[in-house]
Amino acid sequence: MKRITVKILFAVLALGLGVFALAACGKDSNTIKVGFNIPLTGDIPKVGEASKFAAEMLKEDINSKGGLEVGGKKYKLEFIYQDNESKAESAVNAALKLINQDNVLAIVGPNSSKQAIPAGATCNDAQTVMVTPWSTNPDTTKDRPWVFRACFLDPFQGPVAVNFAAKQFGAKTAAVLFDIANDYSKGLAEIFKAEWEKKMGPGTVVGFESHGTKDQDFSAQLTKIVGAKPDFIFVPDNYNQVALIVKQAHDLGYKGPFMGSDAWGSAELMTLCGKDCIGQFFSTHYAAAGAQGATKEFIDRFNAKYKYVPDDVAALTWDATRLVLQAIQSVGKIDKDVKVERKAVRDALANIKEFDGITGKMKFAGTGDPNKCAVVVQISPEGKFEFKESVCPE
Amino acid sequence: MEIFQNILNALQFGSFYALIALGYTLVYGVLRLINFAHGDIFMVGAYLAYFVAVTLLGIGGLNLGLHVDPALALAITVPATMILTALVGVTLERTAYRPLRRKGADRLYVVITALMAGLVLENGNLALLGASRKRFPDLIDKVIWNLGGVSVTNLKVVVIVAAIAVFLMLQFIVTRTKIGMAMRGISYDKFAIPLMGIPLDTIIVVTFVLGSAMAGLAGILFAMSYPILEPYMGALIGWKAFIAAVVGGIGDIRGAIVGGFMLGFIEIGVVAVFPSTLRDLFAFSVLLIILWLRPTGIYGVAQTTKI
Repeated sequence: MKRITVKILFAVLALGLGVFALAACGKDSNTIKVGFNIPLTGDIPKVGEASKFAAEMLKEDINSKGGLEVGGKKYKLEFIYQDNESKAESAVNAALKLINQDNVLAIVGPNSSKQAIPAGATCNDAQTVMVTPWSTNPDTTKDRPWVFRACFLDPFQGPVAVNFAAKQFGAKTAAVLFDIANDYSKGLAEIFKAEWEKKMGPGTVVGFESHGTKDQDFSAQLTKIVGAKPDFIFVPDNYNQVALIVKQAHDLGYKGPFMGSDAWGSAELMTLCGKDCIGQFFSTHYAAAGAQGATKEFIDRFNAKYKYVPDDVAALTWDATRLVLQAIQSVGKIDKDVKVERKAVRDALANIKEFDGITGKMKFAGTGDPNKCAVVVQISPEGKFEFKESVCPE
Repeated sequence: MEIFQNILNALQFGSFYALIALGYTLVYGVLRLINFAHGDIFMVGAYLAYFVAVTLLGIGGLNLGLHVDPALALAITVPATMILTALVGVTLERTAYRPLRRKGADRLYVVITALMAGLVLENGNLALLGASRKRFPDLIDKVIWNLGGVSVTNLKVVVIVAAIAVFLMLQFIVTRTKIGMAMRGISYDKFAIPLMGIPLDTIIVVTFVLGSAMAGLAGILFAMSYPILEPYMGALIGWKAFIAAVVGGIGDIRGAIVGGFMLGFIEIGVVAVFPSTLRDLFAFSVLLIILWLRPTGIYGVAQTTKI
């Protein structure tokens, strides 16, 4: 009896390995494969969902017209979505799987810097193009010729937040609460602190506190911050934590304003945060309310299809994917060897000087980082992100 | 004033650790089993509370067309959640632990089963409800009292009072009732007790009912205080509560409550004095020192066999 069980177990194992081996084969020369390394589960699932929705919409657009035209021939698009669970190590695994097993031509994502920095190293080493839609930390593309992005950088976003808060709140002092285990949050918090103290003088950041990614209670940090009486609190955190932080600060009697960063801009922020977040400000990539032209068209179609207003991640994924597709098109032919083709796509992408995205005009100056404008939005009583100000790099 | 504010914060967060630690300690005290799925039972409790609450308020869940007043909804949600969570705990015992116990499996295997059961609950929830977070509805109107610079919400007071009340009740059950005597008896000698005519399985079920109901209560209070629910919310707090139970002396109810509040005070205290970046490092170093001085925990008694 026991021996049979063991035999069955081995048979299942062998079968599993066989399926594994088979999955690696099987190529179709009439399709172009693009991988998506996105957080479908984990801390920020709404971000992954938005990315996937935007990519699906783009894919349907192109495939319904017969496919993407490259050198006079139409190729069907195949998008492969790999979940990175919003973890750094899973993002590396997802990238490796997309590169080695799925043989994708290029990868879009990961979105957060926490995953994009390690995944960027993997893609660069494996010589595969990676375009991150949402990662604003400088390290993601630094010294990595194969890695690009579709958004602005934190050294630009930090000063935007500083200047806006100084002007809007008439603030002289600030406090910062950030996630120590998140590259994005930590990097932006440090840039903000340096910039604010440069502007207002040393010691004007009266509170600089951190927390862990899985924390739900911030009362100790907030007690310290509220006790220091800052003119406003800067919270460069993911939207799920923002909801808890703002609520708890109010519970502790804090009545002043908050300033946020682009990680606030999820469609889920207001369902989680509710009335506590109304009236707060954050810097982001685009403002859905009051958009025009191609941006408005995208928003309306997305809204009709998925029943909510697309957040900045959705729009940036749309732009990032179009960047990749434009590069593939400008190569002009699809080489049989995926490695040769990847190299050609990288060169084509590096040659793009200007790109008209729905999140604004991007100008590339030889690096993987675009020059583009940021906007500051305010959360309206209806929970809409309303345009306040646009800041462009000089 | 900041110190009083911090004491209050610590009491509130310590209450959650204490409530969850009670569940660990009860099961360990009776079965000598570390029920690692307990943190996830707490998570299930929070989700059950969510579903009962939104169903009653008529804003989701089962569409029964109910539109109950929030205060009444709370009055129904609390016992309903405790009962449902207790059922989950008992089911877990029946399906995962009892068969192994019947086969006379070593305790180590049961502990591993508990770890796996926890993962099954987490990922089952993920598969069933998706990764998107749920927002717990407001069941009571939040009132913020300001007492000379110290902010207290009515919820904070409720949480602290509930933790202490639960502790007193459990302490009474274990030390003053017949069932409690049987529970202590089983922990003393699991093989002799059935010979005395005491139904072993019934007592174990009662233990799981008590422990899981407390986790359910902690879940609902937690969901009201930190109203964002996600499938992994029980993992970290469960681990920390387990550490609290061990530091307090696992198997002793006083130990769970003292350990829970102590962990709350240490965590908040470290942040209040040192930079918050060092919190977990300092907090757990302190606990390590306590265990180093008293390996059996504050109230624990030395035992010959432990896992």
